[in-house]
Amino acid sequence: MSADHLSKRFGGRIAFDDVTFEVGRGEVFGFLGPNGAGKTTTVRALGTLIAPSSGSATVAGIALEPENGVEIRRRISVMPESPGLYLRHSVVENLECFAELYEISEPADRVERALAAVNLADRAHDACGTLSKGLRQRVALARALLNDPEVLFLDEPTSGLDPVAAREVHELIDGLRRRGVTIFLTTHRLEEAERLCDRVAILNTTLRMIGRPDDLRDRLFTKTLSVKVRDPLAEPDRVFAGLPGVDGWRQDGPGGYLLGVSDTNLAAPAAVRALVATGADVLSISEARHSLEDVYLKLIDDEAVGR
Amino acid sequence: MTRLSRRRVRAIFTKDLREFRRNRSLTVGMGIIPILFSIQPLITVLTLSSSASSALRHEHVLLYMLGIPALVPALVAAYSIVGERQQGTLEPVLTTPVRRDELLLGKALAALVPSVAVAYLVFGFFLACVELFAAPSVAPAVIRVPDLLAQLVFTPLLAGWSIWAAMLISTRANDVRVAQQLAMVASLPSVAVIVLVALNFIPASLVTAAVAAAALLLLNRIGLRLVSATFDRERLITGSK
Repeated sequence: MSADHLSKRFGGRIAFDDVTFEVGRGEVFGFLGPNGAGKTTTVRALGTLIAPSSGSATVAGIALEPENGVEIRRRISVMPESPGLYLRHSVVENLECFAELYEISEPADRVERALAAVNLADRAHDACGTLSKGLRQRVALARALLNDPEVLFLDEPTSGLDPVAAREVHELIDGLRRRGVTIFLTTHRLEEAERLCDRVAILNTTLRMIGRPDDLRDRLFTKTLSVKVRDPLAEPDRVFAGLPGVDGWRQDGPGGYLLGVSDTNLAAPAAVRALVATGADVLSISEARHSLEDVYLKLIDDEAVGR
Repeated sequence: MTRLSRRRVRAIFTKDLREFRRNRSLTVGMGIIPILFSIQPLITVLTLSSSASSALRHEHVLLYMLGIPALVPALVAAYSIVGERQQGTLEPVLTTPVRRDELLLGKALAALVPSVAVAYLVFGFFLACVELFAAPSVAPAVIRVPDLLAQLVFTPLLAGWSIWAAMLISTRANDVRVAQQLAMVASLPSVAVIVLVALNFIPASLVTAAVAAAALLLLNRIGLRLVSATFDRERLITGSK
């Protein structure tokens, strides 16, 4: 799947602008951004629900053109943020309807498999209106699996779910990844993106950054070693200055030091040797890791400052 | 023109039919309208004495019953699109390979079949009551073959037109109740024409019937095209444009 300078405007309002990316087969691609950033609109554009204003895209190997809408929709599945189930219908009735819309051969068998995949076989004949939010989300996921999609769009799949239900959804996504399904995941949950996604893109109307979570961290933050010693060093500058791979240091509480490093493998052993040489009791030394949340907040904050 | 998939049309039809059956406000509405339209003519006919039956010769009491296929499907069809939009089920359906015309056809059939069935059932009930309980000379004065044929032919034609008009409103409306009220208003001209014919203000003749049937066929055709042209995925999903 790819998007090339894709934009969508509603009158004078820009939903997303100049979005360019590629997603490989079997990749889990995270699409992050604040509310109103254009994530859902991008999903809707790629899912052929709305037409982009400019730019081009390819979805499941097919050009995103109005005449290809049916063929694209045959090969993809979209799970919108709201499950959108027929609440007066049973779980199995909901799924059977969609199996027919996809013209699936042996629909009963496929429905059974989809229900088994989301552990809902025992609730198959319950009315969807009687299910909890988490279970409805699982039904929606089962519905999205019916046509064995090549590309699966998941729009905030764990929104409003409790941690246990969210973990179950994560496990399902992991399972789909193992089966080689390309997943386009929009989420607010950065720990979810970090855990599940091979690459992430951060969108705020325009694409701010794209890459592997580790690459984004490296691009935005210098690597840091966190050093803790029993007693504060008398002359820390003398200890840390000039060490190979260390660019600078700062105090981080009593007995704590943060070293800015260019190469962890070089800096860590050198720092340990220097500390031991001064007689310091080293309690710990570890690489301080910035989370994807740090990356996200830095990007969004930088943007707010820039305005 | 692209070939429509019968299977997808049937899937929409089955799903909508099930939805209508389980939606209490729709089933109540589908029950009340026929009662309102049959009770008054039934009382009139059943209270007539044999000597007064000659007065019926200049009226077409049976044609009042055509109000049912004019109004019942409007109630159901007005719900069909805006109802799905309100409950958030339209977007998942539109992400499937279903084509616009398959969706519209499935929905129109789901409104047509129960409405026509209700209209014929109530009509049959009315005829049975007249045969069984009306004064001896009243039944032959009321039940006339041309009126029976008119009922048979115009029920689906009127229902079809009401459905397209209601669906047109449903694609543009943002609220189910508003859509249903507007659809009822849109059906009133049909009801007015029926009443004028029933009261013999418009003479009921073969020519009148032929012109009315041709007009309704044309309106049904135009209705389908209009609804198809108005059905805009983007506007229905995003509410903008």
